[in-house]
Amino acid sequence: MAAEANASRPTDEMVDVLIIGSGASGAAVAWSLAETRMRIHCLEQGDWVKPTDYPTNGRDWEARRFSDADIRPNRRGLPADYPVNDDNSLMKVANYNAVGGATVHYTAHFPRMHPSDFKVKTLDGVADDWPIDYWALEPYFTENDRVMGVAGLAGDPSYPPHAPTMPPVPLGKTGTRYAQATNKLGWHWWPSEVAVNTVEYDGRAACINLGNCTPGCAQGAKASVDVTYWPEAIRAGVELRTNCRVREILTNAEGMASGVIYYDPDGVERFQPAEVVILAANGVGTPRLLLNSASARFPDGLANSSGLVGRNLMLHPWPVVTGYVDDEMDGDRGPQTVMWGKEFYETDRTRGFVRGYTLQYARGTGPVNEAVSSMAAGRLPWGRNHHRTYRTLYHRRLQIGVACEDLPEAHNRVTLDPLLQDSHGIPAPKIDYTISENTKAMMEHGIARATEILEAAGAKDISASRTVLNYPGHLLGTARMGTDPGRSVVNEWGRSHDVKNLFIVDGSIWVTSGGVNPTSTIQALALYIANQMKQRLANLFD
Amino acid sequence: MQTNLPVTLTELELRSFRRLAGIMVPASAEFHVPGADDAAIFDDIVRSLGRDGLAVRQALAALDELCNGSFCDLNAGQAEAAAMTLLARSEPMITALGRAVLQCYYRDDRVFRALGREARPPFPLGHELEQGDWSLLDAQCGRPRMWRDLDGYGG
Ligand SMILES: Cc1cc2nc3c(=O)[nH]c(=O)nc-3n(C[C@H](O)[C@H](O)[C@H](O)COP(=O)(O)OP(=O)(O)OC[C@H]3O[C@@H](n4cnc5c(N)ncnc54)[C@H](O)[C@@H]3O)c2cc1C
Ligand code: SF4
Repeated sequence: MAAEANASRPTDEMVDVLIIGSGASGAAVAWSLAETRMRIHCLEQGDWVKPTDYPTNGRDWEARRFSDADIRPNRRGLPADYPVNDDNSLMKVANYNAVGGATVHYTAHFPRMHPSDFKVKTLDGVADDWPIDYWALEPYFTENDRVMGVAGLAGDPSYPPHAPTMPPVPLGKTGTRYAQATNKLGWHWWPSEVAVNTVEYDGRAACINLGNCTPGCAQGAKASVDVTYWPEAIRAGVELRTNCRVREILTNAEGMASGVIYYDPDGVERFQPAEVVILAANGVGTPRLLLNSASARFPDGLANSSGLVGRNLMLHPWPVVTGYVDDEMDGDRGPQTVMWGKEFYETDRTRGFVRGYTLQYARGTGPVNEAVSSMAAGRLPWGRNHHRTYRTLYHRRLQIGVACEDLPEAHNRVTLDPLLQDSHGIPAPKIDYTISENTKAMMEHGIARATEILEAAGAKDISASRTVLNYPGHLLGTARMGTDPGRSVVNEWGRSHDVKNLFIVDGSIWVTSGGVNPTSTIQALALYIANQMKQRLANLFD
Repeated sequence: MQTNLPVTLTELELRSFRRLAGIMVPASAEFHVPGADDAAIFDDIVRSLGRDGLAVRQALAALDELCNGSFCDLNAGQAEAAAMTLLARSEPMITALGRAVLQCYYRDDRVFRALGREARPPFPLGHELEQGDWSLLDAQCGRPRMWRDLDGYGG
């Protein structure tokens, strides 16, 4: 139960806007609101990561992906991390807790949601429509592309017209092989939009093909928000306080948020009063915080009169189909994602499922990961034949991810674990998640199509991951937006239905998940909400 | 969930582990590479156990159990058979054991060079990446609109 504002607890000066979380959405909303000249603070539980600390600086760059640079917080266990009980889910939680949030570790594949993704009820009779559409977000997609810097090519027939800010990443040997194969089948492909500088952009250097974008780009060529939005937001007056973990949001007698209790870098419990609180802690961190903010006034958790806080978790099941060709490919040289395929994106009921998926064509992988993953898949033997077999795999890999849209289901949810706590004693989140029959059918369809492409590319030894899935770190849907307070947590511009000065801007407000990586849309949505707030400053709480 | 406690292996465990590592990834004259039991590589493996220390210890204990005694006491043929029996098990401790060995083996300078790769980290020199054949995109240009909206397909 929530603590009350307490005279013995050190209290900071009042701020106009308090943002919780400095990741993809927190950075975008901070940057956009900065022009109002309001007093804006952001509390982030992690620290800045120095480019010199990224794995690609050292010879252990691949090993660190199994230790302090692992994508799973439970494996990393760094001081900024909180544990997540995801034992009851085949899909594990991947995230990163630092300035920049998960964009520090993301692969920077940067597709937008498609127009149909916002209208799934009307078009396909499933789930719910979003209360906004692609066209409402379009100017913010463009603005976000400009700030982040996006490589790609205009003219993709699978999207409404738009123009990325830089030339696409090279096809390389691997992309050329994929393109030949996909053309042979007569299917769609297009160079991916990727938030990677293919030329120097906005004072940031161009990509030099280090090839390990996921655990952080030492070159600064990948657009994580610590190098894009934050420097500008801070210059514009936003204060970002690191190593500050928020425990709960307090409310006053009027049922408005009065501020938050957090632990400062020395572990001291403090109260930060605020006129407006904006949650940007992601699709797991945000419901955790709302549930941890239960009080006599809000016994089921804050902003939870609908009972939907934590429900409808969507995680994007993501089988990967792998095969090997005889010639040397790009391997781990170059940004990981090359191109996307949208042939099976839009609904076709003859396939036996609704909605669809993106085929995400990736380059290969480094020497350690090739060995470890091939060993796990049973391709690489121990002992006498190890070296001979390894040489048929190393830098010969093709791999296509099947990015499946999973639909919202109330039983897929985030709750509080009754026992597990983080290092500050704050209850940790628990995930219960199963993959639906519709998604399973979609996964099989995608695996079969990706297999056809790899066969057309001349690959052998083709296999698909079904049980050990890729964990894309897409955490969506747990505080959905909508116009009906009984069926949603926030309204159509991100404000909580229950608490009129509480906003949510991260992936938790998604109504459905699309079959694409979410960050471009998460950020466009955060910019859209910031703009709505700016337009309504005089009557924000009405 | 994960326990990340560091583990210090005993002398006996280290002897077993080194022998096992040499069976997992043996030296090869044909491919000009040392084995994972090479002194420098094995030192690196032990130093870098980190989060996998406990699992490796469990795997070594399971190996001794398989041998009804110490793995170090077996002759070469018996040791190889026992090692392969252990490694065929699909258990988290075996995955961790494999990862502990491979993550160090495949960063050794000699192994890198044998793969035709420079012995250096990716940064700061980076890599060359050719553009590839962009003419392949011609087949995709001029396709009709594929995206759907409330107005259906097509412009
Ligand atoms: C390995 C990996 C690869 C990915 N690849 C891609 C990709 O290629 N393309 C793509 O579009 N997306 C990708 N993603 C997903 C993408 O990174 C996320 O969708 C995006 O970062 C989410 O933005 P967010 O603002 O919702 O949350 P986050 O970026 O997760 O930020 C949340 C922040 O809140 C902080 N926080 C949480 N709780 C508290 C608290 N109590 N107190 C203080 N601070 C708190 C966290 O420390 C964190 O910094 C990837 C993710 C991972 C993990
Ligand atoms: S491939 Fe490019 S973007 Fe990715 S880590 Fe390397 S330099 Fe950075």
